[in-house]
Amino acid sequence: MTILIDKEVRKAKYKKVAYYPGCALEGSAQSYDKSTRAVSKALGLELVEIKDWNCCGAMEVKNVDPEIQTYLSARVLSEAQHKSKQDVVMAPCNGCYHNLKKAEYDLENKDKSRAVTEKISKKAGHETYKAGDVETIHALDWIKFGYGEEELKAKIKGGLKGLKIANYYGCMYTRPRHIFPEKDQGRDSESTSKPHYMDDLLAIAGAENVEFPLKTACCGGAHTLSDSDMSTKLVLNILQAAEAAGAEVIATECPTCHSGLEMHQIRALKRLSKKTNVKVIYFTQLLGMAMGLSPRKVGLNFNISDSMKFVKEKGIA
Amino acid sequence: MAIHEKSLIRPENISSHEKKIVDGIDVSGDWSTFIHTRVVTDYNENLEEEIAALPGGEYIHRCWQCGSCTNSCTVNAENPDFNPRYWIYLIRVGMEEELLRDKDIIWQCVSCNKCTSACPRDVFPEGVMKATAHWMELKGHTPPSHSTIFDDVFTEQVIKHGKIEDGEVLKDFLLKTKQPLMQDWIVQMVKQMIKGFPVMSLMKMGWATIFHPKTKNWARASDAIKEHIAEEHAAQRKALGLDSAE
Repeated sequence: MTILIDKEVRKAKYKKVAYYPGCALEGSAQSYDKSTRAVSKALGLELVEIKDWNCCGAMEVKNVDPEIQTYLSARVLSEAQHKSKQDVVMAPCNGCYHNLKKAEYDLENKDKSRAVTEKISKKAGHETYKAGDVETIHALDWIKFGYGEEELKAKIKGGLKGLKIANYYGCMYTRPRHIFPEKDQGRDSESTSKPHYMDDLLAIAGAENVEFPLKTACCGGAHTLSDSDMSTKLVLNILQAAEAAGAEVIATECPTCHSGLEMHQIRALKRLSKKTNVKVIYFTQLLGMAMGLSPRKVGLNFNISDSMKFVKEKGIA
Repeated sequence: MAIHEKSLIRPENISSHEKKIVDGIDVSGDWSTFIHTRVVTDYNENLEEEIAALPGGEYIHRCWQCGSCTNSCTVNAENPDFNPRYWIYLIRVGMEEELLRDKDIIWQCVSCNKCTSACPRDVFPEGVMKATAHWMELKGHTPPSHSTIFDDVFTEQVIKHGKIEDGEVLKDFLLKTKQPLMQDWIVQMVKQMIKGFPVMSLMKMGWATIFHPKTKNWARASDAIKEHIAEEHAAQRKALGLDSAE
């Protein structure tokens, strides 16, 4: 296991990566896709979209059959390795990122997962993915290490002008701990209890990160429609805690969390008469605007949480 | 000795008396609160094995009842009756009747995995919650929950096309659960969404709903997945002593 690889090695490795947008970024989270691609272009990091990718199974397929969920991720990794010829896959969606990591863990540790993946891969007619062949990273790793924090400082134009931000990471980026062996390894590694990679990047972009206790709280995303009342309560906790911490914006790095916060902010107003004003914006959108990209270029107009006027007032765009 | 804590202290199981003298000593008031003597005979000795036979339940035997799962649980913070530690305890001693009291809330686990990260014994409690919710449905104790219906709608699309289209999942789910499409908050959301949308993107989204996004060369994978799921589900029904027909 490569835990604390040299920063220079990671930088070279992440310069060109396979890109796995996933279903959400093709649909309801177009703004995350748009801003990720815009930031990639601005930083000169190359993205090779995986040909013929499939859904990772999100949070649903595992409840029908967990081994099928492992297979779905294994197929994506196999496509990246054998068709797109890449050994690093970057997934901005926490669901996709989490499932690829989970598949890696299962294929490493469980005989049944290996057997099922091999059986279905053969029947489907593609190469069987083997644990350890491809490294899965999040968009946060990709920018932090692929571009470098020092280098990023030089790229900031205008910046976020002290915008007060609550960084919200959600569940799937850090839990369960088993599937993230590279985290909690001390200096420079990500923490599963108090993640900070997004805080680090946005601080460089000129934000003032607030002390936010619910960084890894759950938004109820898995039951956003099937148990909406629970999700509304959980989201409202997050929105209110962010406002109490003095945040003007909640920065997100997961499409499920992002749409959950946007949807249930509206639902909390309609059903519980609880109004919150905090804006919900993807970290890639904030980073892009800090580098001088226009709000439209990072798809701010695609967000449900309307912050076009807000960013103009703040002098960010 | 087993401690069946919750059942012992439920109001209907506690006897208290306004006026009570025991051996000449006045124990009226709170002192007269007693727990009835009882004999528990309706254990289901197969319960732990049945849960362990379903996906996610495999490691239930490792639990040593520390309570880290319940302590960290997202849903427990909203509803104290949602108690993974207690349910794992009931399953392991086979107290089916007591478990069934909570049959309508077990499916509410949001899969945040806080329990699984906190568990010092690698029980993977999130999986145990899913296995228990499925057990309830397979045994016919509860109808399919909204969560199960959503999982099925979603998985069906993945198997068919390799990808999902979120608008279609939303529509199918609301239809299957007999909920109106035009709910106040959904209407408001769509209004806010299309306000900033360029016309081209709206057309693209409409296009996606009609011509579902698809993974190329998916047919063979789709067949192999269907075959595997059918085999697994048949094996699970067998392990629970149910007919092979779903």
